[in-house]
Amino acid sequence: MALLTSSAVFLWGFSVFPIIVSFTTIIIPFFSSLGLCKVYIDCLEWAFEFATNRIQQHDSRQDLNGNRGEQLPDNNAAALKDKNSVALIQEEERTTLKKVRSFGTLRREFELSDCYHFCRQGIEAIADDSVTKCFSAAELPSWNLLTRTNTHYEFVSMRLTILWVIGFLFRYCCLLPMRFILTVVSVNIFLMTTAAIGLMPNSRHKRHVSKYVSLMCYRILARAFSAVVTYHNKENRAKGGICVANHTSPIDVIILACDACYAMVGQVHGGFTGMIQRAMSRSEAHIWFQRSESKDRQAVSNRLKEHVSDPDKLPILIFPEGTCINNTSVMMFKKGSFEVGGTIYPVAIKYDARFGDAFWNSSKYNMIQYLLHMMTSWAIVCDVWYLPPMHRKEGEYAVEFANRVKHEIAQKGGLVDLLWDGQLKRMTVKEDFKKEQQKEYSKLLKVE
Amino acid sequence: MGSRASLLLRQEEIEEIQRETGFSHNQITRLYSRFTSLDKSQNGALSREDLLRIPELAINPLGERVVQLFFLEGEDEQVNFRQYMRTLARFRPLDPSQKNDKEGVNSREKKLEFAFRMYDLDQDNRISRDEVLQVLRMMVGVNISEEQLGSIADRTILEADTDGDQRISFEEFCKAMERSEVEQKMSVRFLD
Repeated sequence: MALLTSSAVFLWGFSVFPIIVSFTTIIIPFFSSLGLCKVYIDCLEWAFEFATNRIQQHDSRQDLNGNRGEQLPDNNAAALKDKNSVALIQEEERTTLKKVRSFGTLRREFELSDCYHFCRQGIEAIADDSVTKCFSAAELPSWNLLTRTNTHYEFVSMRLTILWVIGFLFRYCCLLPMRFILTVVSVNIFLMTTAAIGLMPNSRHKRHVSKYVSLMCYRILARAFSAVVTYHNKENRAKGGICVANHTSPIDVIILACDACYAMVGQVHGGFTGMIQRAMSRSEAHIWFQRSESKDRQAVSNRLKEHVSDPDKLPILIFPEGTCINNTSVMMFKKGSFEVGGTIYPVAIKYDARFGDAFWNSSKYNMIQYLLHMMTSWAIVCDVWYLPPMHRKEGEYAVEFANRVKHEIAQKGGLVDLLWDGQLKRMTVKEDFKKEQQKEYSKLLKVE
Repeated sequence: MGSRASLLLRQEEIEEIQRETGFSHNQITRLYSRFTSLDKSQNGALSREDLLRIPELAINPLGERVVQLFFLEGEDEQVNFRQYMRTLARFRPLDPSQKNDKEGVNSREKKLEFAFRMYDLDQDNRISRDEVLQVLRMMVGVNISEEQLGSIADRTILEADTDGDQRISFEEFCKAMERSEVEQKMSVRFLD
């Protein structure tokens, strides 16, 4: 009996495991370099267009039947594809009371119709606002054959349903197991190799080996999500200093780490995550904070400064928004990382949500559900733009600098630049903003 | 990712709402998505907190009044989707063909009624001096003194009150708002 189990272990250790490892590290990259990924993506796009057209035909038939349906434009599919902004209302160019009436500081009498402005803004906010939109997944212009994105499911046509069923089977029975195995494999490799590297003495060789290993592990992990990433402007990659990027999901880290090595920052966790953190720390210097320490802004700042000033250490990767946003906009950057000094290397990440929405809505799904969604999506397709390094100007406040960097990232990634704080996901907005509005309005009124 | 609750909006309901409010099929489904995304408790109705959670509404000086007007339609404390749509429908822009239509849900009359109710805090169909004062206070915050606000309120009542009862009725309100371009200002362009 003991012989059987030990021989089984040997069998696994010496034959199956290396096969899987070689498969993942050699064969799959070989295939992807053949452009198989491109073919896969093209097939998917064709399927999505087919699905959209079907739904469009169905919808237009419906609307014509309705009594008061407004005329749909002819070229529906095209119109949908162009619709980058998924706004529900058209906001009038902020015709605030100011612009309408005042010339300089001219004041006017109060009128009962002054409430119209606030009414309309209130209704506009209720129908559609720029903040709550950011915390739920963005609408897709065309259906991507996943039920989770189909907001009004109706039976449209047999062919569409068959296509969906095929897709479902493919994703759950083919992709999911393969991806799961890949994740397990890569985590194992990672743990073993970092343990080995940890034993090496500190030297240039250690850093070199660790870099190679880290790239390899992250790339395998990226395959586990079928990540198809296009990197632009690689010459702007971070060399020391701090790298900042917009945050959409935990996968951002993997996407960025496939191309370059970074030092991570975060709170110390227990359990599995803690184990990974410790493994990472064996091969490279990362910055992990205790929960109590992370409240102390000065301590955090000091540690970051210390890390940045050491030329041997890797660039720090920070997500200044502090929370996951849904990749249609960039929210307020916290100024902490911009006070440290040193060079900032901005990075813009934009996901193509048609193939799989990477956004993690942490109030709706927990981590396990999220990972399941990721692993049963078609693919994670994204673009990464490395922007030229930026420095804080003389006399510039950290907040202004943060806004400047945010603006650059938003422009490059084609995202909306918002001033709102990402923490509004969980907390209520400050009273001060309301007081501002009241003050502005009161300035307009003529008083005795 | 898309909301499961939206599977519950049936075709008949959409058609009814279309007839009642004049929104198109697309607009209704998208506003339904919006409704469900605001409904944190997922019970098919919005509470005041759900609406006031919207940051842009929370910082609006008259935000709470606007929310209150949603609740006038039906049972207190909860707004269902029909009531939500009915209130939003008031703000649909007027079609050119509707110029003389007094009955439409988004007619000039209805828009003026909404504005009237903004001031009429106790819903007695009359706007009193106190009510004007309270709403003024909401709009200007602490930036203008009580006496100054008082004199503004007095002047407002004086100008609009034609029958001398020191309060503004709905007819007097409409008369005073004749030139106020209510159709443009109280309209929100809903995209299809």
